[in-house]
Amino acid sequence: MLNFIDTVGEAVAGIQDGSTVMIGGFGNAGQPFELIDALMECGAKDLTVVNNNAGQGDQGLALLIKEGRVRKMICSFPRQSDSWHFDAKFHAGEIELELVPQGNLAERIRAAGAGIGGFFTPTGYGTTLAEGKETRFLDGKWQVFETPIHADVALIKALKADRKGNLVYRKTARNFGPIMAAAAKHTVVQVSEIVPTGSLDPENVVTPGIYVNTVVRVGGLDTEKVA
Amino acid sequence: MSTETSIQTSAKPLGRDELAQLVARDIAPGSFVNLGIGQPTLVSNYLTEEQNITLHTENGMLGMGPAAEGEEIDGDLINAGKIPVTELPGASYFHHADSFAIMRGGHLDICVLGAFQVSATGDLANWHTGAPDAIPAVGGAMDLATGAKDVFVMMTLLTRDGTSKLVEACTYPLTGVGCVTRVYTDKAVFLTGPDGVTVRETFGCSFEEIQELVPLALKRAE
Repeated sequence: MLNFIDTVGEAVAGIQDGSTVMIGGFGNAGQPFELIDALMECGAKDLTVVNNNAGQGDQGLALLIKEGRVRKMICSFPRQSDSWHFDAKFHAGEIELELVPQGNLAERIRAAGAGIGGFFTPTGYGTTLAEGKETRFLDGKWQVFETPIHADVALIKALKADRKGNLVYRKTARNFGPIMAAAAKHTVVQVSEIVPTGSLDPENVVTPGIYVNTVVRVGGLDTEKVA
Repeated sequence: MSTETSIQTSAKPLGRDELAQLVARDIAPGSFVNLGIGQPTLVSNYLTEEQNITLHTENGMLGMGPAAEGEEIDGDLINAGKIPVTELPGASYFHHADSFAIMRGGHLDICVLGAFQVSATGDLANWHTGAPDAIPAVGGAMDLATGAKDVFVMMTLLTRDGTSKLVEACTYPLTGVGCVTRVYTDKAVFLTGPDGVTVRETFGCSFEEIQELVPLALKRAE
């Protein structure tokens, strides 16, 4: 079921305490700041958050962590020069960290959306991040068994959606959007522009609307009304 | 005497830029390359148009151009170090799973990485010092180390206190096993592999002087 909603608050209203939430973005590119702010407002807590990082500066995911809403982070690169809110929670023992090599993170998210029960990958073999995991010698190299990462909700950002929920992204802001959209039970997308159905070239659609549940326009243009 | 010093190709140790220039020169024309964050990024300054190198950035792009300046800066166009960059004609964008499939699938010819340590058999340690209070952060380091056909490391040969970073076995936590094929340092270039470590050339010192500094048996380039 696809819904077009007017405010980011309504778009995230269904997120429950204890949910696993995937948040798109790599650095600031593709990060759905307005949806994260709305998640903060809605008060959901005890969250498991899947993101490449663990918040930067004093905005978005960093604030969610600061306010103690996040029980666990699943990410590849939590430590940055401006990740002070995560650093403080981590050193205080108030947040759990599952550290995943970036490509394994992406593939585990992809696997969830693609119905794959797990996969063997050479990445991480022989390192502390593979400890306790099943290994096999396959295809000429040692490989480590990794499992899918599912989510209750994905919050992502795209450039445009049509009324079928088809999405196109912009440059490197695409990053985790397409795979998170597929991996979550409920996908909420913030876009800069909602365009009439038929105006996106089907050859250029990156995320087909089947993966999208809620679309909210943030800033940008309403080309339907302009037209 | 002449055979002992024949592989010395510079009278002085190489600076960071000279080393970057050397790495750039060693990249075969037409290669697809990923340059790691930090010192490896300098290599891009010395790639020539004739080399026709395509740069990959793991956040989801092939055909990355130089750092963006002024009006070129676009928050949606960044590299893996989160620095604004530009796109070259023929660039392409893809999502994260595709980007790491490019890496893991062996499609990249070379990746250039920094390192804390490299072992005699090409094990790489570059993601974590192992300090108990350090917050671990791995990013794409393990994927890069595992996936590219050739993994070049750029580092100083010695730590600040004079210990060799080329070691018999890494004491820092590993990033990848047996993955490094070449080590470019200020004092020498080493070729690493299952047969041990060969010194390809030295800078500002002899093979014997390098052997004194490195605690494992080195071979001379033939």
